[in-house]
Amino acid sequence: MDTVKLTAKVVPELYLEAEHISPDVFAGKSTQEIGDLSVHMGNQTYKIADYFTVEGKAGATAADTKIVVAGDVSKVKYIGMKMTAGEVEVLGNADMYVGAWMAGGKILVKGNVDSFAGIAMTGGELIIEGNAKNYIGAAYRGDWRGMQGGKIVVKGNVGSDVGSNINGGTIDIGGNADVHLATHADGGTIIVRGVAKGRVGGQMVKGDIYCLGGVERMMPSYKFDHTEEVEFEGKKMNFQVYFGDLGERHGKKKGEIIYGKIYLGTAEKSDATEPKVAAPSEKKVRLNDLQTNQLVSALKEMKEPSVQEVRTYIFDNFNIDMKPSQVSRLISTLKR
Amino acid sequence: MSEYIIKNGTVYDPKTEVKGEVKDICIKDGKIVDKVSSKAKSIDAKGKTVMAGAVEIHAHVAGPKVNEGRNYRPEDKLFSYQPGGKNTRMAGGFSIPTTFKTGYEYAKMGYTTVMEAAMPPLYARHVHEEIKDTPIIDEGAFPVFGNNWFVFEYLKNNEMDNVMAYISWLLKTTKGYAIKIVNPGGSEAWGWGENCTTIHDPVPYFDITPAEIMKGLLTANEKMGLPHSIHVHTNNLGNPGNYTDTLDTFKLAQGVKPNNKFGRDQVFHHTHVQFHSYGGDSWLNFESKAKEIMDYVNANKNMTIDLGCVTLDETTTMTADGPFEHHLTTLNHLKWANVDVELETSSGIVPYVYDPNVKVCAIQWAIGLELALYTKDPMRSFITTDHPNAGPFTRYPRIFKWLMSDKSRQEMLKGFKYSDKVIAATNLASLDREITFYELAQMTRAGPAKSLGLTNMFGGLAPGMEADVVIYDINEAKIKDPEEIEKAFSAATHVFKSGTLVVDNGEIVSNGNKRTLWVDAKVPTNAQVERDVQMKFLKYYSVNLNNYEVSDHYVANPYVIEVEN
Repeated sequence: MDTVKLTAKVVPELYLEAEHISPDVFAGKSTQEIGDLSVHMGNQTYKIADYFTVEGKAGATAADTKIVVAGDVSKVKYIGMKMTAGEVEVLGNADMYVGAWMAGGKILVKGNVDSFAGIAMTGGELIIEGNAKNYIGAAYRGDWRGMQGGKIVVKGNVGSDVGSNINGGTIDIGGNADVHLATHADGGTIIVRGVAKGRVGGQMVKGDIYCLGGVERMMPSYKFDHTEEVEFEGKKMNFQVYFGDLGERHGKKKGEIIYGKIYLGTAEKSDATEPKVAAPSEKKVRLNDLQTNQLVSALKEMKEPSVQEVRTYIFDNFNIDMKPSQVSRLISTLKR
Repeated sequence: MSEYIIKNGTVYDPKTEVKGEVKDICIKDGKIVDKVSSKAKSIDAKGKTVMAGAVEIHAHVAGPKVNEGRNYRPEDKLFSYQPGGKNTRMAGGFSIPTTFKTGYEYAKMGYTTVMEAAMPPLYARHVHEEIKDTPIIDEGAFPVFGNNWFVFEYLKNNEMDNVMAYISWLLKTTKGYAIKIVNPGGSEAWGWGENCTTIHDPVPYFDITPAEIMKGLLTANEKMGLPHSIHVHTNNLGNPGNYTDTLDTFKLAQGVKPNNKFGRDQVFHHTHVQFHSYGGDSWLNFESKAKEIMDYVNANKNMTIDLGCVTLDETTTMTADGPFEHHLTTLNHLKWANVDVELETSSGIVPYVYDPNVKVCAIQWAIGLELALYTKDPMRSFITTDHPNAGPFTRYPRIFKWLMSDKSRQEMLKGFKYSDKVIAATNLASLDREITFYELAQMTRAGPAKSLGLTNMFGGLAPGMEADVVIYDINEAKIKDPEEIEKAFSAATHVFKSGTLVVDNGEIVSNGNKRTLWVDAKVPTNAQVERDVQMKFLKYYSVNLNNYEVSDHYVANPYVIEVEN
């Protein structure tokens, strides 16, 4: 395998769209030809050589080509887009759409990535050693075909809407996942080793979600079905299995209804039917008596106290960030 | 205006009955002429095919539902955008292209006149705004009448004069071209969550049947002598076994004679017949009834049809047949948009993937082609895809290939996953007819132009007609590979629109001077209809009457066809 090394010379002023950084495009090209490939910034077109030094040699085919991207590419989008074979290694952080529409090969990002990595991916392996933002392995806007195959590994945390419309392949998340995991899923597997925040599997009709650290708040449209011992990575583990999304249509196979399944990891074997709910991420805040008295007098001075107004007052005077719903309840309690 | 002479092309023109003769075509001041002066610019078309500009009789290319399709399907535009050029603007989209792409792509294929098939009167302004933004091609739009409360009430009371006065008023108000009827009664019944699945199902509340609606509008159309006949999409579209309903609908026109001064011979046009030619009683024994349908069409000279060929692409279905789109989303579970247009119609949109590996889709593909191959009169059967419902219009050249080459059809048939089942459910395997260039010119040019009442203006190369002329780089006698057909008809080398060279060597060189065709049908003033319109707007409509009319500034370059009666 031959290696091409791209080293970023300057950080682009805006964001650079570099869909040509892919073994499929580089294969069979000289360093000169690679440097002449186009990149876009805003409505302008530039060359790869304007932003990177190109060294090394590309293989004859994509499978024989490895691309190492060094330097600061945290403002470069579309690295490894639509690649079908070969390898890409990004030594630092990358921006959006890493490995988007990827069909084969391997991408390794040592740092963090922004949103839309691996969207509509059909094959290959995408490994992110840092954190990833939103819509990882999801579908393109409006499309109903998200990740369909291959594997995405994120060692850190992920943002929201990961695996939207997934219908095949695996997403393995080492840390926590924000809301809207696997919305509209129609297959595929998602593993969250940390805590999944909530709204997991909304509108899911098929597929498996393993939440080893539990789910902060389960959707009401999921029903506990049974506990199950599953061999998970060579070791037997106990899971509470939930079926859903009960608000959606569900197909049948051999007379059995197919549900989306959420597996909640439990430390030891148990027959508990209560979901293992992780502690809320923020502690509920309360005002002490002194603060309450001060607020009551402040409220009297406000004519029609709005939630926003009171919330700002609390934040400014007591340095407490209350949720709007809590403020709303507080106002009605104090009025009485 | 400049003069042109197209020399030594092989001309196919049903209007002047020229069947592949080498001939010169002369253009002067936007019209076809007998001869031009020596200053005329000469274009050598030796070994090439010359035809009139093609006429599209039925496509959904402008208006609220097309735009909603664009709006809710960003994935349709993905990777499809082309930057603007010297004479073009940025354009993209596949099944629901932008207005600019619509104009460019039609022109590049040699289409110069296009009819927007369903205009909800309430949103006519939007339709005309998009038409204005679609370059090059002349366009007209058919307002929908088949679910209109005025029409229901007047027909119910047998007030034919009022029906005609209302039609005249609505055509004028919306700058419309013809009477479109979509799922008569059914789209209104959808407001009650119901449908009319046969032509004798009464509409809830109004207690009128689809048959009465169609018959009434047909009678009004002929009394008024409009350029086009009624343009019908009948009930029970897309369901197995619906061919009997289609034949029942056809029979409504039996024996009726045309009355008009536009050279039109039919009293009834049925659109996208492919969707209405299904046998069987479920998707399991779904089969083609194209032969039964075409036997009727061939025997009855007072009707025309268009095909609605499935092209086996991923596309976006959109129709004023609201209940059908709901039915479709329950079948394929893809996203669904739906709207109720007050007193006029309903509408729906669902993306659809015509997958060659699905038996039903492959049978639908075969039915569209069978209809064309069974036709005995190509002047009455027109090639369409009901764009974008059965496939995008940009696939027309591929349909031409399938129709002109038995070899390419048989290869397709053999390539399907359920090939045996598809062959058993259809007759396509036994049809070896190959459509000729002359027949193609009938099915895409002279035929639709005549059906629309535009036979003296478009679709032919007789002196005095609009100089819409197309040159394709293909020679009928020398085709070796069917792929040549698709390639040549995808990219005309030269296209003239009303005497202006708009495509030169396959490139857009001018945005032409597009016109909007509409029909001003004069009827005696009718105080009752005027009062009824005002009352309905006061009582029911969400807009003021003054905000309803498509006023003149919406129609930048109108071409008004006046109908005296």
